[in-house]
Amino acid sequence: MIAFMKLLARNRLALAGGIVLSLVVLVALLVPVLPLKPPDVTNTAERFHRPFTEGHLLGTDHLGRDLLSRLLWGTRLSLAVGTAAAVIAAVIGSAVGIVAGYFGGRTDNVIMRGVDMLMAFPYILLALAIVAALGTGLLNALIAVAAVNIPFFARNIRGVTVGIAHKEFVDAARLAGMGHARILLQEILPNVVPVIVIAMSTTIGWMILETAGLSFLGLGSQPPQADLGSMLGEARSALITSPHTSVVPGLMIFIIVMSINLLGDGVRDALDPRLRSGALTRPQPATTVQRAFAPEGPGRGTLDVRDLETQFHVGPRIYRAVNEVSLQVAPGECLGIIGESGCGKSVTALSIMGLVSSPPGVITGGAVFHDGQDLIGAPYDTLRRLRGDKVAYIFQDPLATLHPLTRIGEQLAEAIRVHHAVPKAELRRRAIELLKDVRIPNAEARVDNFPHELSGGMRQRVGIAMALANEPELIIADEPTTALDVTVQAQILSLLDDLRRDRGLAILFITHDFGVVAQLCDRVAVMYAGRVVEEGPTGDILERPAHPYTKRLMACVPELGGGRRDLAAIPGLPPAVDQLPMGCAFAPRCDKAAKACTAPVDLTRSDKRSVRCLFPEDAIERHSA
Amino acid sequence: MGGYILKRLVSAVPVILGITVIVFLIMAMIPGDPATAILGSYATPENVEKLNRDLGLDKPLVQRYFIWLGNMLTGDFGRSFSLNRPVLDEVAERFNATLILAGTAFVLCAFLGILAGVISAARQYGWADKGITFVVLIGISVPSFFLGMMMILLFAVNLRWLPVSGMFAIYGGGDLPDLLRHLVMPAGALAVVATGVIARLSRSAMLEVLRQDFIRTARAKGVPERGVIWRHALKAAMVSIIPVLGIQAGFVLSGAVYIEIVFQWPGVGRMLVDAILKRDILLVQGGVVFVAACYVMFNILVDVAQSLLDPRIKT
Ligand code: SF4
Repeated sequence: MIAFMKLLARNRLALAGGIVLSLVVLVALLVPVLPLKPPDVTNTAERFHRPFTEGHLLGTDHLGRDLLSRLLWGTRLSLAVGTAAAVIAAVIGSAVGIVAGYFGGRTDNVIMRGVDMLMAFPYILLALAIVAALGTGLLNALIAVAAVNIPFFARNIRGVTVGIAHKEFVDAARLAGMGHARILLQEILPNVVPVIVIAMSTTIGWMILETAGLSFLGLGSQPPQADLGSMLGEARSALITSPHTSVVPGLMIFIIVMSINLLGDGVRDALDPRLRSGALTRPQPATTVQRAFAPEGPGRGTLDVRDLETQFHVGPRIYRAVNEVSLQVAPGECLGIIGESGCGKSVTALSIMGLVSSPPGVITGGAVFHDGQDLIGAPYDTLRRLRGDKVAYIFQDPLATLHPLTRIGEQLAEAIRVHHAVPKAELRRRAIELLKDVRIPNAEARVDNFPHELSGGMRQRVGIAMALANEPELIIADEPTTALDVTVQAQILSLLDDLRRDRGLAILFITHDFGVVAQLCDRVAVMYAGRVVEEGPTGDILERPAHPYTKRLMACVPELGGGRRDLAAIPGLPPAVDQLPMGCAFAPRCDKAAKACTAPVDLTRSDKRSVRCLFPEDAIERHSA
Repeated sequence: MGGYILKRLVSAVPVILGITVIVFLIMAMIPGDPATAILGSYATPENVEKLNRDLGLDKPLVQRYFIWLGNMLTGDFGRSFSLNRPVLDEVAERFNATLILAGTAFVLCAFLGILAGVISAARQYGWADKGITFVVLIGISVPSFFLGMMMILLFAVNLRWLPVSGMFAIYGGGDLPDLLRHLVMPAGALAVVATGVIARLSRSAMLEVLRQDFIRTARAKGVPERGVIWRHALKAAMVSIIPVLGIQAGFVLSGAVYIEIVFQWPGVGRMLVDAILKRDILLVQGGVVFVAACYVMFNILVDVAQSLLDPRIKT
């Protein structure tokens, strides 16, 4: 609760709203003891005084009554009526909701049907019908407003109650022979009260406005008594000649509603943890780059990643997801990156084209050379032109990565259209051709399907087809087979392998599965805690792993199609990347760890292989890098 | 598609029946003798007795309901005694005016609200976002009837740009430009709150969508940022915006009552308020049922729009 109040106070707007509202409420409470003129005494000689006249701070109205006095009394009345309506609606609505939610079944059905019917009305029609039946007057307006808002509470509270009614402590109470009434009052009610209070705090401003509205229409408070709404309503006839009589009550309603809204927004934000963590921040079109250092070009091969550093800046914490990673991919070569989830392999892949979500992602160092050009820090437009044209991505889980509301044909066509001006009919033909290339049967019909109408394997083929659309030089595949079952996985892999050989594609393949690496990759880089710990030709590493971590990893996933298996055979967990140790990050889990391992460990290179370990399993020919 | 529309239409029948039951029950709450209450000062013993017979007030409640329902189904909503004409004629005529007002306001608030929400999300934390958020906060807090009055003061009285009130000029009016001139302020005032609500919701729906994986796919394909926002993200965000449009349509229709009073717009809201003040119960009853039924039908349109957008909805 205290933490909650602190959060609320940190929100300056909510604080301002709270202060203004408290002031208004305080004044409204003090009205009877304030030295005000009587609000209802008319004096026709003093009509329509402007504000700031002697004796009338806010002037007088059409009957010569003191506006300040009427305003404060009216505020008091409006607040009281609105609050009363909110309380009544909350009590009755919650009772209905609790009963429906607790008993469920038939009772629930009947009640909720009724609630739905009430919600089918535009709210004011219902209120007007009630006032028409009961007659005009403030009390009847109050009843009408309360009644109209009952369904809102009933529905919300029912939802919460349903969740509680099946918890163990309720079952226990029932088994202990407690009656329904006692269970409702002692077990259920205390748990829903906070929800009721929150729902009330968000609707009370609304109810004040609604009762004022009915009074404005002449259906609520009747003269000489006046709430803010009827003050405004009465002033309307003199709007043009004496606007101040309208402005005064109107502004007051505005101030009250606004302060309640500000406070309500603050409450909501403080309660919604997603907003706090900044998760709802919109990712920028390209990852933010704040490079401390930038290696010189021009780089070799299709892709040359040098000393790449990508971090996540969340509040005061810095997560070093990718640390001095260097990789090279030659034309037509397939390089695998392997590691446990969270080792930084996906972030490395996404950094290449600036696709790491930013915020919180920041590329803090290194370079990525493609065709002699450094992509890190390249202008957005340069990146955009390369994305999908020269360098294409295939992602995991195509149900989430394809647009759910767009036909796959259109999505394929768009991939081409954004880079090349191609007539529409031609686009469709190319889309069908692409589907055939990835061996989707009946492509002419499939092209008009939506993603949810395809199987997982089909969707992944569409993902691959999309990557092939512009015949790129390099495809970056981020665990494209992880979500699929074993046979489909094997099919997709052989498809990728064929495409690569036919078209001379270079592939950067991210996976956690050594079986996949063995089937597809020429070389492989093993990542751990954001660093490359071992790299070399696939065959060599499979035969003679040098790093203790690689050896363990291979022991865990012995064959193709292991699927997503947890690495239980390696005791312990990878270190959190915001608290990386100075020395070897694997040391806490390593059998061979020695004192020397707590100092920084460099990458040791031989001709074709490199390893980051002081005591490798199988010594590669060393000379320090 | 046709099947889906039919299914929705069929499902609207019990809702509309429910509405008639609710209205009927509310009217049955009238304290004392309804005929006297309805006729009030017009009451002569003969009139009271005639009305009692007309309404079947001597019969039991359930029977009375079915008589009333049966009459309505044949288009007989009763007779307004304060206006001395059939309720349905009056309501239909007035509803036309309301439809012009509320319809314009609805189009305005949907268009402006979504526009503001998308821009706000695309420029999150930028000056445009801050500006829009601030204006929206004021917009959803100002009572529409007060806003309407202030607009009259500014644009009609001080600047003399627009007519003060009414739907047509009394002399020489009646054409479309005249209607539009009269429509600007009331439709604008009516749209403000809903625009704010829709803008807020669109902003958060967009922010929600922009974090999703298929947006990253669009960027990886090289779709320009404008296309990412307006095609990919907005299309997906519409799935959560459309239902809110349906709800806001109800609020626009409700707000029209105040706006019609402020601007003396000859719509169904002003008719209802007048009828209540004159205790013309049959007119109130008929008006409420008619408008509520129209709103239910409108919501079917909303559902159909939703199913056109989202193929995952079973049709
Ligand atoms: S450097 Fe030391 S702790 Fe790290 S893997 Fe090698 S032996 Fe183990």
